Amino acid sequence: MAESVVLLGFWASPYALRVPIALAEKGVEFEYKEQDLSSKSTLLLQSNPIHKKVPVLIHNERPICESLIIVQYIDEVWTDGSSLMPKDPYQRANARFWADYIDKKVIGTSARIWKSKGEAKETAKKEFIECLKLLEGELGDKPYFGGDTFGFVDVAFSAYCCWFYSLEIEGNFKMEEECPKLMEWVKRCMERESVSKALPDQHKIYDYLGHLKKRLGLE
Amino acid sequence: MEGDEVTLFGMWPAPMALRIEWALKLKRIKYKYIDEDHYTKSPLLLKYNPIYKKVPVLVHGGRPIVESLVILEYIDETWNEDCMFLTDDPCERAIARFWARFSDDKCWPAIVGVLSKTGEAQEKALKEAQESLKTLGEALNGNKFFGGEMIGYLDITNGWISYWVPLIEVVTDLKLVDENEMPSLHAWFRNFLDFPVIKEMLPPRERLLSHLKSLREDLIASPSNS
Repeated sequence: MAESVVLLGFWASPYALRVPIALAEKGVEFEYKEQDLSSKSTLLLQSNPIHKKVPVLIHNERPICESLIIVQYIDEVWTDGSSLMPKDPYQRANARFWADYIDKKVIGTSARIWKSKGEAKETAKKEFIECLKLLEGELGDKPYFGGDTFGFVDVAFSAYCCWFYSLEIEGNFKMEEECPKLMEWVKRCMERESVSKALPDQHKIYDYLGHLKKRLGLE
Repeated sequence: MEGDEVTLFGMWPAPMALRIEWALKLKRIKYKYIDEDHYTKSPLLLKYNPIYKKVPVLVHGGRPIVESLVILEYIDETWNEDCMFLTDDPCERAIARFWARFSDDKCWPAIVGVLSKTGEAQEKALKEAQESLKTLGEALNGNKFFGGEMIGYLDITNGWISYWVPLIEVVTDLKLVDENEMPSLHAWFRNFLDFPVIKEMLPPRERLLSHLKSLREDLIASPSNS
C-alpha cells in the first residue's frame, strides 16, 4: 500500500508547528492541509471528534492527535536515521518531563502576557522569565536539549520560537538579556532547515496576534 | 548513586501515586515507600521534585523521575522483560497515550469538581464528569480491560476512577457512572478492582471515604473555590 501522510495544521499554532518540524527531521513527505479554525472542516471534526483541534496527523487514514503524542509516533514509525528520543530510559523520562513542562507551564504562562494588563501582565512576564531560566538551566552547555543532536524537547520548544518576538513586545522585555544561552539555542535551531522552513515569519505572528486580541476583545 | 534501589514518594489517598504502586507491584519490583503528608512536604520530596513539589516521585538509583505518566513509561521501559504496559505498535501506543491524557485533563478535573463544588457549579461539573467518563468508556471497545484481555497502561492510569468514583457518589449522593448508561465502564470498575494485584493494593475504603468527606468540606470552604 502506498503510504499516505496528511497533516491538518494551523500556520500560527506552536503545537501544530511541531509536526512539520518532526516530519522534516525524519525526511518524511507529507500533504499539508491548512485548517480554518473559525469554521472547522468535516475532515478535522471526523479525525479529532473529541478535541476538534489541530494538529492531527493522518497516517494511512488513521488519525493521531495531540502534538507531543504525534511527535513520539513519528519517531517510533520512521526509524531510519537519528532518533528524536534518547535510547536510555532515564534520558527519555527527562525528555518527556521537559516537553510536558513546556506544555503545562511555559506556553500557558506566556499567553497570559498578552491576555492580561497591568499587574497581571507583569506577574505573567516574571513567571515566564523564570520558566525560561529553568529551561536554560536544563540546556546547560549542550548545543541542543537532546545533547549533540536535535531531539524531542528541541522539536517541542523550537516550534514556539516564532512567537518570542510578539511576547517581547507585549511584555516589554528582551529575551536576549534574560536568557542569552537560550537565545543562542534559538539561533542554532533557526539554522536547521526543518525549523526555518516550518516556522512563519515572526512579524506575521505579531500581526496575527493583533487580530486575535481584537477578536477576543482584548485591545 | 545508590545502586538499583527504588523508592516511591507517595501519599496514601493520592490516585496518581497509587497508579505507580500498581505498576511496581505488577512488574514485581521491590521498592521502599515513603508516605508524604498532605500539608507538609518533606525536604527530600522538595529536593527531588523542586518544580512541582508533588507526589508521586520515583527515585531509582538515586535519580528522581516525576509526573506519573512519565514515571509509568519509565518503569515500563526499564523493567521490560515481562508484563509490558504499552505494546510495541506505535499506533496503539499513540492511542493509549491519547486516552491517558484525556482522562487526566478532562475526567480528573470534572470528577474533582463534583467533590469540591456545590449548587449550579457542581451540576455543571457532574455533567462534564458524566460526559467525559462516557467518552472514556468507548476506549474499552467492549473489552474486559482497556488493555484487552489483560490489564495494560490505560487500566493503570484510569484505575483510580474505579475506586474514587463510587466513594464520591456516596459522599455527594450523586450518580456519576450509571450502570445502564455506561455498562462497559461500570463492568470495568468491577473487573479492575477484582484483579489480584490491584485488589491487594487499594487504600482502606472507610479511611478513604472519611478522607473524601473532610476533603469536600475543606474544598467548599476554600476561598479559591468558585
